[in-house]
Amino acid sequence: MTTTGRVRVVRAWEWARPERPVRREVLAAVPEQEEAKPPLLFVPGFGHGAWAFAEHWLGHAAGRGFPAYAVSLRGHGGSEPAPEATLRAYTHDVVQVAASLPRQAVLVGHGAGARVVAHAMARYPARAAVLVAPVLGGWATFGTALRRNPAGTLPAVFGAGLRLNRRQLFSRELPDADARRHVARLGRAGRRAQWQLLTGRQPEPAVGRPPVLVLGSPDDRVLPATALTRAARRYASAPLLFPGMGHDLMLDARWREPIDAMLDWLDKDPAPTAG
Amino acid sequence: MPSSTDLDRPDPDPTAVPRRDDRPVSDRGDTVCVIGAGASGLAAVKNLREAGFGVDCYERETGVGGAWNWRHDRSPVYASTHLISSRPFTQFPDFPMPDDWPDYPHHGQLLSYFERYADHFDLRQHVWFGTEVVRVEPVEGDRWDVTTRSTGGYGPERTSRYAAVVLANGHNWSPKLPRYEGLEQFRGEVMHASSYKDPAQLRGKRVLVVGAGNTGCDIAVEAAQQASHCWHSTRRGYWYAPKYVLGRPADQVNDTLLALRVPLRVRQWLYHWTLRLTVGDLTRFGLPKPDHRVYETHPIANSQLVYYVGHGEITPVPDVARFHDRSVELTDGRRIDPELVVFATGYLPRFEFMQGRVLGDEDGSGKPRLWLNAFSAGHPTLAVVGLVQPDSGIFTISHWQSVLFARLLTLRGTRPERVAAFDRRVRAGLGERYSAKVKDSTRHWFEVGHADYLRALQKAMHELEGSK
Repeated sequence: MTTTGRVRVVRAWEWARPERPVRREVLAAVPEQEEAKPPLLFVPGFGHGAWAFAEHWLGHAAGRGFPAYAVSLRGHGGSEPAPEATLRAYTHDVVQVAASLPRQAVLVGHGAGARVVAHAMARYPARAAVLVAPVLGGWATFGTALRRNPAGTLPAVFGAGLRLNRRQLFSRELPDADARRHVARLGRAGRRAQWQLLTGRQPEPAVGRPPVLVLGSPDDRVLPATALTRAARRYASAPLLFPGMGHDLMLDARWREPIDAMLDWLDKDPAPTAG
Repeated sequence: MPSSTDLDRPDPDPTAVPRRDDRPVSDRGDTVCVIGAGASGLAAVKNLREAGFGVDCYERETGVGGAWNWRHDRSPVYASTHLISSRPFTQFPDFPMPDDWPDYPHHGQLLSYFERYADHFDLRQHVWFGTEVVRVEPVEGDRWDVTTRSTGGYGPERTSRYAAVVLANGHNWSPKLPRYEGLEQFRGEVMHASSYKDPAQLRGKRVLVVGAGNTGCDIAVEAAQQASHCWHSTRRGYWYAPKYVLGRPADQVNDTLLALRVPLRVRQWLYHWTLRLTVGDLTRFGLPKPDHRVYETHPIANSQLVYYVGHGEITPVPDVARFHDRSVELTDGRRIDPELVVFATGYLPRFEFMQGRVLGDEDGSGKPRLWLNAFSAGHPTLAVVGLVQPDSGIFTISHWQSVLFARLLTLRGTRPERVAAFDRRVRAGLGERYSAKVKDSTRHWFEVGHADYLRALQKAMHELEGSK
């Protein structure tokens, strides 16, 4: 995926047809003492809700001094149902929540949530961005999903929900009961948003030159390792890899490693990208 | 780059630095000076900081928000002021207002929005509150000497040298008062709309409101509800557009047509047709027939004026001919006897801290001659932000003007040939207009069509960055 290179000043359709407001679920864990660290906003991927981050990562980030928030995109988790949601509506949800936070936020997108974050970065000057196992879309990702999980992917082509199985999402280390519990909570994204993941408009250039970190697992069974490298290269970096983990790094058995790596990177106060 | 917060930076040695009027000049290096912490100034501070510049912003008041902070003595807002452009057109493009706010937020919400913007991006640390700018003078090397003092006038003046200056001091605070024969002898109360704050000022009085701008119409509507009688004097007929069309904010419906690239003539026809369906024949209400097509004067968005005229609470009257000691004579010969006259006759821009010719005002009329309403010929490190009167919100425009200026300053060090080309473009394009044909009056000095203007600004940005 590449971004379109030019800044777009005139946004007539966005002005003429603004997104409808919805009730959004935002879960939060804030540190007991204010440490002047930027707030983190976690954006779950398709089918996931804010609950996916509330399980481990929100509390852990707060424990290390970062105010941590997770939003459920419309139609997901505890947010209002929105079967006709588009990528633009999801982007709107993220930007709305980010702008409501007291200080400039770090956006963390997981899975297809990373694509939403990439769009949101063109609408909101994030302090930094972290793309976790980013599903940025395109036909190659679709091909991989079709090959690895034809039964869960093929119906999505005809408008059904994309269904991911346990083996794709988690490593064998995660206890069965936990894996079952998480899979049972999965929902589905809007039909149009699913299609836009393949065919939608590419994100515009990020505003505010945020530094970007990409991380994932070479053993991710949703996303090929090449896609991780491609995503990282787009932001002039290399991906941070966590072998042996599934696609849902925030819920897998060794969930602590990626979040610690991410917070270490933020503690170092990464510089804005050049340009 | 140094900024106002670089506390480690030692104060310059006063014997080694340049002096001005026998005072040392503090060299602020690559820091940019922003004048005003209203909507436009805050956008400039944020966008310059984002581009890596140090910024010193001077604000004469003790809080942010400029015109939208009703506590400020230069604020034109009154208790019931609401936006006249709907949220998507008003908000900064990278910091949306909450989507559960109304389509047309109240001025108090606007102020809270600017305060959140300042806190979210940590801008207050770059603002010197309670400090007004006395003089801004160009010096060699395209740099600027900015002299400041405390707003109260006490304490010494200080002069600092900056790499660039952004003027964001607003243009809706210096009242434009009309001259009428006999006005001095008039025994009734006279005020400019800038002094109008609360409907209690109108209660039970016979009120004459002069002027058909959005403020004049709003005050007339308030007078209709509070005063014992209201006359509304307008020089010509106007088109009073409702705030809602087809159940949607009218500007959003209008921009649907713009997005579909519907030509101006067709849009004018549709607009006339819509007004005929909703408001009908204005002359039936006693209002004068507009002498121009829609889009040729600054749009008036007011759903209530015609309603109150229809209820007899507002009496439309023509222009004032002269004042007598206890009455006002109108151009049609009628005499009326108001107790209170409110002049909603607009504002004039003022840059009293700078010589007019720096901004291209060669004839002393007070009207700057700029390109894109922002850039002055021969002064590549100067930008005026927010000096526009758009048919929509200003803040989007201020944002992109300051982004363009930040990019221009960034390229000065790395791509001088692009900056030189930009400078040539400034000289060639001075005074360019970005609207349909408008009436020639001070009210339309800075009139821009938001779509035409932003398209021109986008083109300028792409040309500057070589991505045509």
